[in-house]
Amino acid sequence: MRKTITLEVNGASETEEVEVGMTLLRFLRDRLDLTGTKEGCNEGECGSCMVLLDGRPVNSCLVLAVEAGGGKVTTIEGLSKDGALHPIQEAFLAHASIQCGFCTPGMVVTAVALLRQNPDPSEEEIRSALAGNLCRCTGYRQIVDAVRGAAAAMRAKAAAPLAVSA
Amino acid sequence: MISSFTYARPKTLQEAVELLAKPGARAHAGGTDLLGCLRDEVFSAEKVVSLSGLSELKTIVPSPLGLHVGALTTLAQVASYKPISGMYRALAEGAAAAASPQLRNQGTLGGNLCQRPRCWYFRGEFSCLRKGGETCYAYDGENQYHSLFGPGPCFIVHPSDTASPLVALEAKFRIAGPAGTRTVDAEAFFVLPDAEVQKENVLKAGEILTEVFLPAQAGLLSTYRKVRSRGAWDFALAGAAVALVVAGGKVAKARVVLSGVAPVPWRAKKAEEALTGKALDPAVIRAAAEAATAGAQPMSGNAYKVDLLRGAVEEALRAIA
Repeated sequence: MRKTITLEVNGASETEEVEVGMTLLRFLRDRLDLTGTKEGCNEGECGSCMVLLDGRPVNSCLVLAVEAGGGKVTTIEGLSKDGALHPIQEAFLAHASIQCGFCTPGMVVTAVALLRQNPDPSEEEIRSALAGNLCRCTGYRQIVDAVRGAAAAMRAKAAAPLAVSA
Repeated sequence: MISSFTYARPKTLQEAVELLAKPGARAHAGGTDLLGCLRDEVFSAEKVVSLSGLSELKTIVPSPLGLHVGALTTLAQVASYKPISGMYRALAEGAAAAASPQLRNQGTLGGNLCQRPRCWYFRGEFSCLRKGGETCYAYDGENQYHSLFGPGPCFIVHPSDTASPLVALEAKFRIAGPAGTRTVDAEAFFVLPDAEVQKENVLKAGEILTEVFLPAQAGLLSTYRKVRSRGAWDFALAGAAVALVVAGGKVAKARVVLSGVAPVPWRAKKAEEALTGKALDPAVIRAAAEAATAGAQPMSGNAYKVDLLRGAVEEALRAIA
């Protein structure tokens, strides 16, 4: 059975006919060629497939594409602006938070949602938010450092115009 | 790849009930357990009936008598909704302890209560009792994550972290079905394998769990403790939901309900008796924690759970005292 769905992906409206059993993950990768979102365990354990659905991080391997119809999806490809990386992506580079890199898009996407909700998270809050993202290279220390670094940079940037006007 | 099914997203509860009454139909709430089961061929679906169009099941409505929580409320919402973290704290803590933050954004309260067990024989390629076969492979097999309590002949543990808190809080479950609606006590919703070995609850074809009602009780204090092998997130090895009504420094009423150790949320009635009428002092707490393990029947690989259970009950009671 096929169904036509319309959803917004990284700001662009997409209308496609899909098999009703197709996951959002396969839709993003196979239909829209957005291969930054990774398929790891395919059962919600690892978080490699994390995307934002209506602003909340979800495991796209466990979401049917038809269920995401009408929603807004942000993938790792939707985070950079005019060729400039998102501050969290910059922080991952600066802190050398990437080993094999397979978990990185999911980690970054989860961190984006966290910092939108909580601009100054404690280490415990960061670790708790990232609980559903596995890094099999076990480089968690650098990942947590990057999220803290990005949070500080983003707060400084948000405060900057005020400092100038004062 | 998930084998093919048809899909419907009804707009009314009535329509959903009609669709689900047909053979081979499966309800989709958050989908986090359903998709895994379909992919792993634990069961199949001819039709997936999405409940996501039923917005009336997504609300939390307070009333003077208690709190009506729609079954499609996400676990993240249940964990963070302020009135739940008061007297119904055990439920908020149970929801927060379930799955990962991202799964809690998608998974629902109703889905958490109706999810299928995680037994590796049931989930794996074994034709076990629960899948219509003739053998429980856990009894003579690898049973370190299996039950301490229950009559057999299947030794799963119920995987939910919200079920035990809801039994402790004396919640009522509202069910819609082809014959109309009915309400059952949370405790009576779950069924033991000697009654129904292929089901974990009383839902019949076409029935949907629509609402959880939490009755208000003066002086009610509650909490949930969960022991798991991974700190980040995991199913319970053992857990305890405790709900006490305390008056004049003494326990007037107690419910102690265990998770991760039985095929249903398991009431530790001996522990409840050990608390009732007493002040919550360290000796009473220790005695109640010991009593919670009464009747445990460990198998070859899960005796360690008895100690975890005793600790979980003791911690929960200390947190309230």
